[in-house]
Amino acid sequence: MEHTAAHEAHSGGGNKEIIKVTIILSVLTIVELILGFWMMGITSPSFRLAIKGTIIILMMAKAFYIVAYFMHLKHEVKNLIMTICVPLMLFVWFITAFLWDGNSFRNLRNTFDPHFKEQSTIIVKEKAEGKEHPAEKK
Amino acid sequence: MSTTTTATTTNLWGGGKSPFSVEYGKLMMWYFLMSDAFTFGAFLISYGTIRFSTNGWPDPNEVFRSFPFAAEGVHAPLVFVSVMTFILIISSVTMVLAVKAGQEMNKKAVSLNLILTIIGGIAFLSCQAWEWNHLFHEGAWWGRNPFMNADGTASSTNFTNYFFTITGFHGFHVLSGVIINIIMLIMTLTDKFEKRGHYLMIEKAGLYWHFVDLVWVFVFTCFYLI
Repeated sequence: MEHTAAHEAHSGGGNKEIIKVTIILSVLTIVELILGFWMMGITSPSFRLAIKGTIIILMMAKAFYIVAYFMHLKHEVKNLIMTICVPLMLFVWFITAFLWDGNSFRNLRNTFDPHFKEQSTIIVKEKAEGKEHPAEKK
Repeated sequence: MSTTTTATTTNLWGGGKSPFSVEYGKLMMWYFLMSDAFTFGAFLISYGTIRFSTNGWPDPNEVFRSFPFAAEGVHAPLVFVSVMTFILIISSVTMVLAVKAGQEMNKKAVSLNLILTIIGGIAFLSCQAWEWNHLFHEGAWWGRNPFMNADGTASSTNFTNYFFTITGFHGFHVLSGVIINIIMLIMTLTDKFEKRGHYLMIEKAGLYWHFVDLVWVFVFTCFYLI
């Protein structure tokens, strides 16, 4: 919603825009929740991963709408938008590198640390859970 | 105000005014929020790394399955956290309305929307406090994890440590946001902004509050959904 008047630099949009963005955010949240509920019944790991990926994309869309419209960033001077968005691009490397590393760590431990691999195959019996409840009053 | 000609660019950087057309305080709030984004990003990414580096992890739908006044052992995953998410989204909307009212110098509307935002913030904190208390009574705390992994194997305290630390930091930000909003409300009611002739302070508080909402979007997705 680009306005041409100079003093409009501080205002961004009217009530219409606010309502529109609120509805978009609500819909995105509801879709995320539906996907979350749906995922509970899915066992296939690749399908679950696909649903998780979709949820993450929806989350990024929500983040965009909150930052762009509620925080008005979309209506600010381009250079200001860049001083915020360009450094945040570091997150792309940040997330990719660390999740990749975490995954690699798991694979290396599974391959070379027999104790680690074994630990993750021992099923905890229901009785053992009862021992770990220190303060169960309710 | 997108710069399309070189004449406009020279104008912005010629001195005597803010090249970003925002006041100093607002710019500094943006930069603070960027630093805070990296803090929360670091927390969440380290959570992701640790989770990815282990073979098993508790199923959030088995851990977070209750809500206030529910029967013992109820299985209602995602219900309570959805309520919390919507509370925060709506409080963000009332904050946007407060900022807009401030631009129109409408003191009454600013006060009303600030009050609604504060109520939303307190409601969220109450919900989070209930969730913490509920989990505590099930035996969870820093260093204590009563839940087992989704595949039935023994879990580590990483799960509860991360949950309480990250939601704790977020809750602390909500608390400080509520306090800031209360101060904003008092300043509004005592005509501080009317005297100044602008409600720019409300805009800065608004940025902080939206950031709090934004972080929750990420925290809620990482811990409860994926």
